[in-house]
Amino acid sequence: MKSHTLLFLLAGLMVASSTNATEAAHVQASHAWLRVLPGDLPAGAYVTLENDGDQPAVLSGASSPLYADVMLHKSSSDGGMSRMAMVDSLSVPAHGKAILAPAGYHLMLMKATHPVKPGDTITLNLKFADGSTLATNFLARPANAMDSGP
Amino acid sequence: MKPLPSLRLALLLLLLAVIALSGCDSSQKLPFRLTDVSGHMPDLDFKLTDDHGKAVTGADYRGKVVVLYFGYTHCPDVCPLTLAQLHVVMQRLGPLADKARILFVSVDPARDTPAVMHTYVNAFDPRAIGLTGDARDIEALSKRYRSAYTREPSGKDGSYEVSHSSAIYVFDNKGGARVLATPADSQDDLVHDLHLLLDTGTQS
Ligand SMILES: [Cu+2]
Repeated sequence: MKSHTLLFLLAGLMVASSTNATEAAHVQASHAWLRVLPGDLPAGAYVTLENDGDQPAVLSGASSPLYADVMLHKSSSDGGMSRMAMVDSLSVPAHGKAILAPAGYHLMLMKATHPVKPGDTITLNLKFADGSTLATNFLARPANAMDSGP
Repeated sequence: MKPLPSLRLALLLLLLAVIALSGCDSSQKLPFRLTDVSGHMPDLDFKLTDDHGKAVTGADYRGKVVVLYFGYTHCPDVCPLTLAQLHVVMQRLGPLADKARILFVSVDPARDTPAVMHTYVNAFDPRAIGLTGDARDIEALSKRYRSAYTREPSGKDGSYEVSHSSAIYVFDNKGGARVLATPADSQDDLVHDLHLLLDTGTQS
């Protein structure tokens, strides 16, 4: 009986330690791209995030040495009006995904420290609520691109 | 309380006359898939500045099928998406697209100078034209098509967003308002309806 209890305890500890891994460690990023606009206009960045963990991973923002300002935003449309608002976070559900895509959630990149051209790859550090980060490469695509490309 | 039969008939005839009159200018009825606004919206008319800095009016685009959309260049998400979608639509029209123009009207003339508009629209499609101008003239055009926009409060750094109608207006080559679309509508339907206008445009 005693050894059983010990086993349960050990198993419990293992589960606990796996959920203790950082949020970022459970997230895979794909289809990461940004839309390059002329001049110093703000650009939208998009990515698909998949969480293989048992707990939600909460994206709280991003940063990059290439942009003075990066904000998590959401575009919405109601009553035929397009709006954009800042949001504090976006949850990637446990064993689920969250999609940042045009006309919805996006990272808004502002004040580039040097010009970004289509074809460039830039790195954004995605930040999660527990303080962990995920360095993700984003492909810079032309203004009239519809998605992350082939 | 019942109106006399003769009065009823007169009203009916009057109604028919109104329909016939409003229909005569926007030529024949076409089987549009998107919202048909023929006869329900005023002809294309405005007084603005194009992206070469030239003063233009709606009459300058007679002979072209016009796709009109309101937005602003500091809009990082929805405006570029809509213009990218319109670019795809133009590509799908092939050589017919030469008889069409995308008019992108700025609702943020304080920041959108003709020069800014020029590089902006050309990043999307060679048949896109950026229009800006006096805030009052832009408001007049927006009101004419029951469109709306609001400047949101500025952030700490002075940057601001402008919420705006997402409607896409399609005019025939005589300046008649014909179709109302939204960015959520299917691209196939917009291509279909533009085909109808561009095909009939070649016959007349
Ligand atoms: Cu935004």
